[in-house]
Amino acid sequence: MAAYIVRRLIQSALILLGVSFITFVLLYVLPADPVRQIAGRSATAATVESIRQQLGLDQPFLVQYGNYLLNLIQGDFGRSYLQKTEVAQLIVSRLPATLLLLVAAIACELLIGLPLGIVAALNRGKMIDNGLMLTSFLTVSAPQFVVALLLLFVFAVKLGWFPIGGYGTFAHIVLPAVTLGILGSGWYSRIMRSSMVDVLRADFIRTARAKGLGRSKVILGHALPNAILPIIAMIGIDIGLFMSGIVVVESVFGWPGIGQLAWQAIQRVDIPIIMGVTLVSACGIVLGNLIADLISPLIDPRIKLR
Amino acid sequence: MKKLILSTALATLMALPALAPVQAQEPKHGGNMVVTYKDDVATLDPAIGYDWQNWSMIKSVFDGLMDYEPGTTKLRPGLAESYEISEDGLTYTFKLRPGVKFHNGRELVADDVVYSINRVIKPATQSPGQGFFGMIEGFDDAAAGKADTVSGVSSPDKNTVVFKLSRPDATFLHIMALNFSFIVPKEAVEEAGADFGKKPVGTGAFKLTEWTLGQRLVFEKNADYWISGVPYLDSFTVEVGQEPVVALLRAQKGEVDVPGDGIPPAKFVEVMKDKAQADLVVEGGQLHTGYITMNVTQAPFDKVEVRRAVNMAINKDRIVQVINGRAVPANQPLPPSMPGYTKDYEGYKFDQAAAKKLLADAGYENGFDTELFVMNTDPNPRIAQAIQQDLKAIGINAQIKSLAQANVIEAGGAGTAPMIWSGGMAWIADFPDPANFYGPILGCSGAVEGGWNWSKYCNAELDKLAAEADSIVDPNKVDERLAKWSEIYMKVMEDAPWAPVFNEQRFTMKSARMGGDDALYVDPVSIPVNYDYVYIKE
Repeated sequence: MAAYIVRRLIQSALILLGVSFITFVLLYVLPADPVRQIAGRSATAATVESIRQQLGLDQPFLVQYGNYLLNLIQGDFGRSYLQKTEVAQLIVSRLPATLLLLVAAIACELLIGLPLGIVAALNRGKMIDNGLMLTSFLTVSAPQFVVALLLLFVFAVKLGWFPIGGYGTFAHIVLPAVTLGILGSGWYSRIMRSSMVDVLRADFIRTARAKGLGRSKVILGHALPNAILPIIAMIGIDIGLFMSGIVVVESVFGWPGIGQLAWQAIQRVDIPIIMGVTLVSACGIVLGNLIADLISPLIDPRIKLR
Repeated sequence: MKKLILSTALATLMALPALAPVQAQEPKHGGNMVVTYKDDVATLDPAIGYDWQNWSMIKSVFDGLMDYEPGTTKLRPGLAESYEISEDGLTYTFKLRPGVKFHNGRELVADDVVYSINRVIKPATQSPGQGFFGMIEGFDDAAAGKADTVSGVSSPDKNTVVFKLSRPDATFLHIMALNFSFIVPKEAVEEAGADFGKKPVGTGAFKLTEWTLGQRLVFEKNADYWISGVPYLDSFTVEVGQEPVVALLRAQKGEVDVPGDGIPPAKFVEVMKDKAQADLVVEGGQLHTGYITMNVTQAPFDKVEVRRAVNMAINKDRIVQVINGRAVPANQPLPPSMPGYTKDYEGYKFDQAAAKKLLADAGYENGFDTELFVMNTDPNPRIAQAIQQDLKAIGINAQIKSLAQANVIEAGGAGTAPMIWSGGMAWIADFPDPANFYGPILGCSGAVEGGWNWSKYCNAELDKLAAEADSIVDPNKVDERLAKWSEIYMKVMEDAPWAPVFNEQRFTMKSARMGGDDALYVDPVSIPVNYDYVYIKE
């Protein structure tokens, strides 16, 4: 087990190194010069060059990347080009909001997705199954921006049940979490359905039924604990999906998380922030997968970590 | 040496057309105003902040030697009580207002001015405003890091600051009113280090009391402000991270006083059709021109006939309709509210038949293919499509290259873009003077690799005329100077490196409880709101 964890951590570090390299290359070849953004339109060529030197952007690519890594190892993400603030400070100040939204969104996804998946599995092939699967298809493919604005308009503006964007109270988190919940629930309901269908066919379920156990006891006591396994792994993967979704949802709802930070930085070519947010998100995804893998054997003893 | 002494009255003479009288009713004190923005405030360091969002906040936290009458483009003394200009226009002597205090309680002295100006010019500061100070003696050495300080700024005593210029420059007083010239206390800058932009200390009407990253900034009234009775608000809160559409919804519910990013284009017609909402919208001119640049160093735009033909092919009225009438058609580089604007100039008339003929004269009777670069946010791609159709009508096939702002700016600077629609990046004047529309965007100094003169138009004769115009510092000769500038822009139009398209109007929505003259909500130098002078009515 310990050897497995060590091996996985080393693999994770290599993945992060790869992510940092690819992001750095992409930002390097981007046909937009961050120095011009900093220098402003009244700057002389000499000023532009002087800023370029101070930021080390006149160095060859590998030197720039090497310096970045060297600083990163010491926990230094650099300073934002335009905000002139430590990137670590910007991310730390926004991370709690994103983590809160992550937990709330996944809770919503599970609360919506799992019951739908179970109901569909129990009614396999019937109208209700087809209807639910069509719904899950629609929610998975619905554009986040539209769903977010729709919910905002109906529940915040027209009905006034929730605040129109912002952060701070429980009421603020409901709409962004439900938006992400609706969109992500489709994945869970589909996986839950197929897993449940498989389990319901298994011998031990037939045995349980033959022993005369009630329907609800069979489903909740025997089928569900066995069918839930793929869902655990899905949560790990879901963190990745979540990270890609928060950019839009955080922007629409004015949620002060790292997705919003990333969006603003991308528009202004603020490379240190883009790098920082990408790495932190990648960390989240890698960790999510690792945790899912570590939890699986605890739930199902048949799975062994090698 | 005989000196020209400029009192406030003379300064007014020298200054520019006023827009509107300010304060129609008795202002009330107290209350908190809520303003929203989509983006985080980048910084409140006056040496660094250079976007329209932090521009007016910085104006409320700091002061410069010069200032503007609220809601107008009229210069008035700020931290300087009075000033003198030597007859040769090379020496400016400012007397400081006594008893002005920084937010940290220390009294402002002349050394602070010297320190602040040196700080902006020093390369380590990386100030985007460094280039504005090129007229000060010793600038080149200081800007290049060869000297620690600029030789042209000194403080003979605690209340006097003397600037020596290397060339007479009529815009110098405007430069002293720019944010980059605002005065900062050395000890606070050194204490905060690179974080001064988050912990600003100035002499302004408001001080920053809270900054929660990604959420809000709270500015509270400076009770010791040197203009008595100002500001009127107890505080104002800037909430960030709010999409313009969401901000508008909140404004409609009365949760927001001013949506700082304005009315989203997609909602504009809806808002203006509803009388109750339209009544809350203030409209004003801005010092802005939207234009198409044509790269004069590349065929076919190296031929003046082609550039003139483009000017005649564009249906500006229709483009104004595309943006729901949020602009007025332009016929020259300067916007109408800018001094030096040539009122009786008619520009190139919309005449596609004549344009076609001009193209034929230039040897392009069958037209040609080209590329039109445009920033990829609404409404710019739609405007580009309208331009594309107009060009098509005279035989020019323009392929639209819709890119992120930074990429368009890069292509413009590198000179690889044959045509650029300037929308979203267009020139809004830094200060209300015709000189500000020339140097970086039409002069030879901007026509370099990475410069903002995207036409790469360089006319040495006009550069010479511009230098002559700016050497007229005598306030009695303002008209002569403006006439020269008008002549320069008319010559630019003859060479037609640009096709000016429209001058954008500014529309600010404010809640019904907000008071103060409308001009304060479309203040040409404090966009979108002059926080110091607005008030809450109830």
